[in-house]
Amino acid sequence: MELIKPNINIDFIGKIKWALTFSLSLFALSVLSLLLKGGPRYGLDFVGGTVVQVKFANQVDIGEVRAAVDNLTIEGISVQEFGEKDANEYLISMKKTTEELEGISDKIRAVLEQKFGEKSLEIRRVEMVGPKVGKDLRQKGMLAVIFSLIGMLIYIWYRFEFRFGLGAIFCLIHDVVITLGVFSILNKPVDLIIVAALLTIVGYDINDTIIVCDRIRENMKKMTQKNLREVINTSINQTLSRTIITSGTVVIVLIALFFLGGEVLHDFSFSLLIGVFFGTFSSIYVATPLVIYWEKFFPKKKRR
Amino acid sequence: MEKSLKWKFILIVVILVITCFYLAPSVFTMPSWWTSTFPSEKVSLGLDLQGGMHLLLEVETEKALSNTIDRMIGELKDVLLKERIPFDRIERVQNDTLLIEILNPEEYKDKFTKLLGEQFSILEKQSVDEKEKVVTYTLGLTLKEKQYLQTFAVDKGLETIRNRVDEFGVAEPTIQKQSGDRILIQLPGIKDPKRAIDIISRTALLEFKIVNDENDLSKALKGEMPFDSEILYSKLEDKKTGEMTKTPYLLKKNTLLTGEHLTTASVRFDQFNRPYVTLAFDSIGGKIFERITGENIKKRLAIILDNNVYSAPVIKDRIGGGGAIIEGNFTSETARDLAIVLRAGSLPAPVRILEQRTVGPSLGQDSIREGITSTLVGGISVVAFMVIYYQLSGVVANAALLLNILIILAALAAFRATLSLPGIAGIVLTIGMAVDANVLIFERIREEIRAGKTPRAAIDAGYSRAMSAIIDSNLTTIISALFLFQFGTGAIKGFAVTLTIGLTASLFTAIVCTRVVYDYVLSKRRVKKLSI
Repeated sequence: MELIKPNINIDFIGKIKWALTFSLSLFALSVLSLLLKGGPRYGLDFVGGTVVQVKFANQVDIGEVRAAVDNLTIEGISVQEFGEKDANEYLISMKKTTEELEGISDKIRAVLEQKFGEKSLEIRRVEMVGPKVGKDLRQKGMLAVIFSLIGMLIYIWYRFEFRFGLGAIFCLIHDVVITLGVFSILNKPVDLIIVAALLTIVGYDINDTIIVCDRIRENMKKMTQKNLREVINTSINQTLSRTIITSGTVVIVLIALFFLGGEVLHDFSFSLLIGVFFGTFSSIYVATPLVIYWEKFFPKKKRR
Repeated sequence: MEKSLKWKFILIVVILVITCFYLAPSVFTMPSWWTSTFPSEKVSLGLDLQGGMHLLLEVETEKALSNTIDRMIGELKDVLLKERIPFDRIERVQNDTLLIEILNPEEYKDKFTKLLGEQFSILEKQSVDEKEKVVTYTLGLTLKEKQYLQTFAVDKGLETIRNRVDEFGVAEPTIQKQSGDRILIQLPGIKDPKRAIDIISRTALLEFKIVNDENDLSKALKGEMPFDSEILYSKLEDKKTGEMTKTPYLLKKNTLLTGEHLTTASVRFDQFNRPYVTLAFDSIGGKIFERITGENIKKRLAIILDNNVYSAPVIKDRIGGGGAIIEGNFTSETARDLAIVLRAGSLPAPVRILEQRTVGPSLGQDSIREGITSTLVGGISVVAFMVIYYQLSGVVANAALLLNILIILAALAAFRATLSLPGIAGIVLTIGMAVDANVLIFERIREEIRAGKTPRAAIDAGYSRAMSAIIDSNLTTIISALFLFQFGTGAIKGFAVTLTIGLTASLFTAIVCTRVVYDYVLSKRRVKKLSI
C-alpha cells in the first residue's frame, strides 16, 4: 500500500512565500495574545494555590455550588465545571494555600453537604502548592527547557552544519510559541504536564527536522550539479511519505488520548496535536527557507 | 547462520529473558523460592494512578536555632547568678544571636570571657561595645553549631516522622530528605488525609510547667506580667458547634520536664469510658518528675502540648514510679493519635506544609482505566495500520514495538521507578518514535527496491541509510530527556524516565532486532519479493 506516490514532485519551495505568510501571521497572533495577556496563564503548579475537585452523585447546578462555597468568604474562590458535561464534577480553586486555610477541603465538604445533603459528594482530589514551591517549579521547569534546548543545539551543530542547527532551533521556537499562543487564546492554563508536552513537541520537532536535513545533507553530496533550492525540494519530496505516515501514526495515538484519556491527558494531548501539526509544517517551511536565505546572504564559494 | 547474526540472536534472547525475569513478579504471584532469591519488585504505580497523598514539608530550622538561643539565655542566667557576675539586660535579638550587658566591666569582664570560653563554646562573640559602666556583648551561634543544629533538625524530624507514619500504619510509604531542609512524604492509598497531616506535622512538644498562683492572672492579662511568667491558653473545641473556648493560664516560664524522657504513651479509658493518655517516663524522667511533684505539693502542674495547656491538676503528693496522665476532651481517635505522636517523640523544629496533593482512590482508578484504554486503543490502531501498510514487515515492526514496551515496564520494575500518568505519556511518545524508526527504514527500503535493487541489497542500503537519521533523532531526544530528568520535578521527571528508557530500547529494537529477522529469513531462503 502506498499513500504517497513514489515519484511525487510537489514544488514546495515555490510556495514558500505563502507558507511563510501563514506561519508568520500565526506566530504574530500568538505573540500578540501572549503579550496582551502578560505571558501564558500559569496553572496551579507555577503560581501556587489550592484546587479541590468534587464529584456529586446527582445532578447539581453550578450556580448552587458557587452560592454554597461563597459562604466560606474566601477571597478569589472560583468554581468551574470539570470533565464531561454530565459528570457532575466541579473544580473549586483558590489563590491562597492551606498554609492560611487549614483543612480547607473539610470546610468545603461541610458547606456543600449542608446544602446538598450528606454523602451526596466525594472529594476526589486536593492539590495545594505553596507560592515558594510554585516559584521553584517554575524555575526548575525553565532550566530544564533551556538546558535541553542548548544540549540539542550543540548536538545538531556538531552533527550537521551550523545553519541547520539554527534552522532547527527556529523551528522549535516557532512551534512552542504557537502552541503557547493557542493556549493563551483559549485561556487554558499551563502547568507541569503542559511543560512536559512542550518538551515532547520539541523532541518530535527536532526529530522531524533532522530527517529532512539528513536527506538534504545526503543529497548535497550526490546532486552537486543542482542548486540548493532543487536539492531541498527533492529532499522534501523524498521524505514526504515518511513525514506523512509518522505524523499520521502519532496523530492516531494522540486522538485516542484526547478522546479517551480522561481529563488529565486531555490538555496534554491537545497541546501535542497542535505541536505535531505545526512541527510537521515547520520542518518543511521554517527550517529549509532559513537554510536557503542563509545561503543567499552567506554564500559558500563552492556552490553557485 | 552467519557468526554475527548468531551473536545478535543470542543478545536478543538474553535481553528477552532478563525482561521477562523482571516483569514476572508484576504479572504473576511468585512462589516463595523465587521471592527469596530473585528480584520481586513490582511495577509500582504513582500516586496519581493509585490514589494517595503527596506532602512536601519544610523544617523551620531557624526555629531550632532560636530554641537553642533561648536555652542558652536560661543557662547563662543560672551560671551568672551562681558565679555572682552582675548583669543587666539579656535577650535574644535574632534567631541565632543574643545580647547581654555585663555591669562593672573592669572587675568582671575577664571572668565573663573566661566563663564563655569554658562553658559556652557554641557561642562566639560577634561584637563588644564597651562603655564606662557597662559592656554589651552580642553573642551568636558558631557556624559549625548552626550547621549541626540545622542538619540535626532535619534528620531528627525525618526520623520522627518516619516513626509516626510507621505507627499510623501505611503500606509502602516514601519518606525522603530533599534539598533545602525539605522532607518529601508519599503515602499511597491513604483514606483520611487530614488526620495523616495532623499526625505528621504536629510538633508534639510536651512540657510540664508550674502554674503561677502567687500573682494575679487578670493583672498579667492587662500587661503587668511577672518577669518569670508567661500566659498560655487551654483551647477547647465544642464538638457540636465548633466554637473554641480559650482559658488563660499564668505559668512559670521555666520548663521543668519535657517529652524527651518519655518511654511510652498509651490510651486508657476511665470509668465513664472517656479516653485519656498515660505517659511513662524513663529513669531520669521519673526522678525529675518525683522531685518536681515533691517540691510543689499543693501547687498546680500544667501539662502543655505545643503551647496548648491540656490540663493543670493540683499536685496532691509526691509522685514516684515515673508516670503521668493527660486528660482532655478526647475522642478515642484523637487520644490514639496523641499517643502515637508522643511515642514517636517531638519534632526538633516545627514543619510547614509547602505542597500537598491528594488523589482519591476512585479518581486514581478512573485515571488508570482511561490511561490504559486510550493507550491500548492508540497502540492497536497503530499496530493495525502498520500491518495494513507494510504487511509482513509491519508484523516484524509490531513485534519490535511490543518488545520495546516490555523493556520499559521491566526497567521500571528493576529501577524501582514508579509509573505515573506523565510516564504513560512518555510511553506514548516512545511508541511514536519507535514506529517512526521503522517507517524510516521501510520507506528507504521501498525506495531502494524501486531503484531496482535486489531484496538483500535493498535491506542493506535501507538500514544503513536510515541509520544516521534514526540515531540523530533518538539521541537528540535522549539528550533532552536526560536534562529533563536532571532538572525536572514530579511530572516532568516521570515523563523523562520512561522516555529515556523507551528511546534507548527503541534504538535497540529498531536497529538490531528487526534486522535480525530479515537477515535470518534471507539466509534461509531466496526471497524474490519483500513483503513491505
